[in-house]
Amino acid sequence: MTGPKSIISTLQRHGALWPLVALGLIWLVIIIVNPGFFAFTIQDGRVFGGVIDIFNRGAPVALIAIGMSLVIATGGIDLSVGAVMAIAGAVAANLIVGTDLPAPLIILAGLGAGLAAGLLNGTLVAGFGIQPIVATLILLVAGRGVAQLLNDGQIITFQNEAFAFVGVGTLLGLPMPVWLVLFVLAAMLLITRRTALGLFVEAVGANASASHYAGVPVRAIKLTVYAIAGLCAALAGLVATADIQGADANNVGLWIELDAILAVVIGGTSLMGGRYSLVLAVVGALIIQSLNTAVVLSGIPPKFNLVIKSAVIVAVLMLQSPVAQAQLASLRRRFTA
Amino acid sequence: MTAATSLLSLRGVRKEFPGVVALDDVDFEVRPGEVHALLGENGAGKSTLIKVLTGVYPRDGGEMSLGGETLSPQSVGEAQAAGISTVYQEVNLLPNLSVAQNLLLGREPRRFGLTDWKQMNAKARETLKRFRLDIDVTRPLGAFSVAIQQLVAIARGVDQRAKILVLDEPTASLDASEVEVLFDILRDLRTAGLGVVFVTHFLDQVYALSDRITVLRNGRKIGTFETAELPRPKLVEHMLGYELQGTASSHASRGTVTEGNDAALEMDSACVSGSVQEISLAAQSGEAIGLAGLLGSGRTEVCRALFGLDTLSSGRIRRNGRDVHITSPRGAIAKGIALCPEDRKANGIVGELSVRENIALALQARRGWWRPIPAREKRAMAEKAITDFKIATPDADKPVRLLSGGNQQKVILARWLAIAPDVLLLDEPTRGIDVGAHAEILRLIHQLCERGMALIVTSSELEELVAFSHRVIVLRDFRQIAMIEGEDITEDAVLQAIAS
Amino acid sequence: MIPARHAPVLVTAGLFAALFILGALQYDGFGTLRVFLNLFTDNAFLAVTAIGMTFVILSGGIDLSVGAVIAFTGVLTAVLIQAGWPLWLVFPLVLVIGGTFGAGMGCLIHFYRLQPFIVTLAGMFLMRGLAVVVSERSVPIEHSVYDAVNAAGVMLPGRAFISAQAIMLVIVLAGALILAHYRRFGTYVYAMGGNAESARLMAVPVARTTIGIYALSSFLAALAGIMFSFYTSSGYALAAVGLELDAIAAVVIGGTLLTGGYGYVIGTLVGVMLMGLVQTYIAFNGSLNSWWTKIVIGVLVLIFVCLQRIRIPTRAATGSARE
Repeated sequence: MTGPKSIISTLQRHGALWPLVALGLIWLVIIIVNPGFFAFTIQDGRVFGGVIDIFNRGAPVALIAIGMSLVIATGGIDLSVGAVMAIAGAVAANLIVGTDLPAPLIILAGLGAGLAAGLLNGTLVAGFGIQPIVATLILLVAGRGVAQLLNDGQIITFQNEAFAFVGVGTLLGLPMPVWLVLFVLAAMLLITRRTALGLFVEAVGANASASHYAGVPVRAIKLTVYAIAGLCAALAGLVATADIQGADANNVGLWIELDAILAVVIGGTSLMGGRYSLVLAVVGALIIQSLNTAVVLSGIPPKFNLVIKSAVIVAVLMLQSPVAQAQLASLRRRFTA
Repeated sequence: MTAATSLLSLRGVRKEFPGVVALDDVDFEVRPGEVHALLGENGAGKSTLIKVLTGVYPRDGGEMSLGGETLSPQSVGEAQAAGISTVYQEVNLLPNLSVAQNLLLGREPRRFGLTDWKQMNAKARETLKRFRLDIDVTRPLGAFSVAIQQLVAIARGVDQRAKILVLDEPTASLDASEVEVLFDILRDLRTAGLGVVFVTHFLDQVYALSDRITVLRNGRKIGTFETAELPRPKLVEHMLGYELQGTASSHASRGTVTEGNDAALEMDSACVSGSVQEISLAAQSGEAIGLAGLLGSGRTEVCRALFGLDTLSSGRIRRNGRDVHITSPRGAIAKGIALCPEDRKANGIVGELSVRENIALALQARRGWWRPIPAREKRAMAEKAITDFKIATPDADKPVRLLSGGNQQKVILARWLAIAPDVLLLDEPTRGIDVGAHAEILRLIHQLCERGMALIVTSSELEELVAFSHRVIVLRDFRQIAMIEGEDITEDAVLQAIAS
Repeated sequence: MIPARHAPVLVTAGLFAALFILGALQYDGFGTLRVFLNLFTDNAFLAVTAIGMTFVILSGGIDLSVGAVIAFTGVLTAVLIQAGWPLWLVFPLVLVIGGTFGAGMGCLIHFYRLQPFIVTLAGMFLMRGLAVVVSERSVPIEHSVYDAVNAAGVMLPGRAFISAQAIMLVIVLAGALILAHYRRFGTYVYAMGGNAESARLMAVPVARTTIGIYALSSFLAALAGIMFSFYTSSGYALAAVGLELDAIAAVVIGGTLLTGGYGYVIGTLVGVMLMGLVQTYIAFNGSLNSWWTKIVIGVLVLIFVCLQRIRIPTRAATGSARE
């Protein structure tokens, strides 16, 4: 019973149909304008190809989207992820330049900075009851300042092959960022499904009051998801920093919060909270990156990128809005009647 | 022609919400110069009727006319412009605006197109004089007591030069002298030919003020009566849908309960500031305590206090004879107390999640994060609950919001039974539930008692309350006014205690 | 006696005075009228944007698109002027575009019940994108009126200068104060921020007001874009990046509650001035770096937001009846 129909209905039940259709359409456009894009070549033990490229470039957004999914699922939002990337990058770069610590410890230190930032956000949201937009806005404003302070206003460049491996290394033929996305995705799937975290996150997002009545530790859950988002952002920051072998506090992760939120929303998670999908958030990140690539390849000047992206956001939001759905339904009735 | 005698007339008004008929073919008529009390228990349809009347909800059927002209308000503004002014129960105007701004919002006096603050404040002071309120009208409304806010809300409604004034529970936060002031004003308005629709749960006030009474129950109109010709017990009968028998109806034997042991749950002169006062009750294992009383008597608040949603300001709660300090639902659950809340949608079900997840939620919360219930066990739990409770759902994966009210209630019951609590609080467990599920839930209550659980159940349906309670505690105005035990528990006895 | 609701503004004004005195004691030339007036000139476009943002936040919303609107307006103005369009046509045109854009966002927010932050985020993308489409490069403006206006102003003793920018700011401020406190629109804005449901039940025209609020914010951002084009004599698509955050910060530091309902337009001006003074202080200091500005502003916002949380629950508790 695994005919095409049942596959489609399974995908549809998981909300995966439309994101995958969208990704397929974009890839179709890419194939039409550039038939060679999906060819793979192997060179120096590394696989090259357009798809790999999309995965690789989309990695930071995908990493952040994973953390953002959980935050949005609880009905929250994290606007500070770009700033946290900058902080984590600055911490790592300064430790590389200033100390002889081995790369794993440096990575841990960068992740630690992200965790601290996430806990700050979580405390403001869960402890003080501040709206998530506002609470994370504070770090969005101040975070880049902190990163610049650490960097003393410079772009800190470094030479450290072990650390750079995180951004540009190759493992079993695939770029390291791709592995990191797969690893984080697998780890988070494991954590959310093998503990009660996934259930609690969805319960809190769908109805925080009822969850409280049922004995779910609502505040602890909220704190946890912001901490995870901080960790994911920090990892993305380390990847971006290792990629350019330098910490640029001003530009690393600029506006990435928007891409990450968009990825989560395209993946079908409602901004109101509740059901979420980590896999589809990653698919959403791939859609965004594919869109960027498609715009470039199809000869549209890259300057139209933002306009197209904003049109996509508005379209997706409208389609998800119950009001628009009701309007569409009544239109359909009028035409079929 | 009814237009000659009636100011406001509703014919066959109908309003549906997904899955619920909130108003079913309701007629309602208000004459000029009368105070018309609109009565009914929670869920009777009073609020919906008012919201249809005042343009908050569009109606799904029926006719409305005001002063002979057809009325179909699409918004609150339109209803107001037509002459219907409303003081809503749950809305305390805007605490951040000044008293004067609240009174005159949308009708501010202007000079050269700009708000004339001086004239506005003077006008506001003038209006409040009628209410014998001498307060600083320039201060934000939120700075004043709830009673004053309520009076300001009423003053705003009265001040709109309305033909019909709708007051939804206007006296809930007023003291006796403030109520008198309000009633004097309402009597003046009545003399001036205004029609007043008055919703309240204070029966004394109904008799003190109203000319006629309309009773709603379950979205239907039970009848309209001249207040002077309707004795109070008769009114309560209409509201609760039960008729005094005049004879003590006997009931199925109530299994004997071993006395002398420490009660499974005991409340000793418990007070919550701004809520229940001096409540004492004790539930033995295997015993069901019924909490009776009209809407707003404090039934729900007793449950809230026991479940740690409100903290006691004095008095104590004991479990098996030991003092316990309960400050949160988690704490209550840890001590073996569970609550099926009155508002199922807001506080009970997690609508987006599946039946299975909803059933597993409380058990999982108690087990903690690190010990997830294995998928197979979860499935088995859900399947068992679906069979045991006859939950009507195609499968355990269906989002619980798509189930009917009765089945949602069964899911919540199943959720709690999964953690096998010693004490179960049921706040209106059968409200808004179809007949079949109703019987099912009552059967379950009996079973739970037999299994040795202590139950505390609130209900506005006397018949069921009498059927399962080993003891009935009657509440009014957040205080305990009667306790009825054993063979004395009859519908007549409870009704008389409520109406006394 | 000072009403408690004025306290946040007074705290900010007090901080301003304290920092001004501290700077004056530490550095020559700090405690002068010139420095004070330069705050108005250098922050005029930010202040105008923040005044629009004040209305949005008072109503319980947020507008993340204003920085992008400034950039788009600046670029479009520059390109049109360089293409030879007359100023009397260019300025009204860009202002109308700004206002219409905001009204569109307001429609999405009201009629489709979308969250303001995501709608205005999309609006930010769109405006930034359109700005890039108009011109990727910085476009210089060469126009005699620009030179004249930038030179215009009132010179006071001590090289203190009241610039055209400052005068424009004062005009906008006066208009905003009238709108907030002497027009029904202002009362409706406060009403919606106080309790949207109550406001609806009290017959506040919610649709009209919501659309008006976002139209106003975008209109003022477009005006700020024109002012910015005077200030820099150019238009650049990547100008004013992150300005929306500065504007929100100024509103919060100025004592407006981020959940809406409480606050004053005048407080926002004080907030902008305090932020400008922090920047000036750091510039005078020399040893502190400019990024301290961001950190200080972040910390100020943090403190104000936390203070608001502590102050408000008590009021909310007395303000609502229990069932």
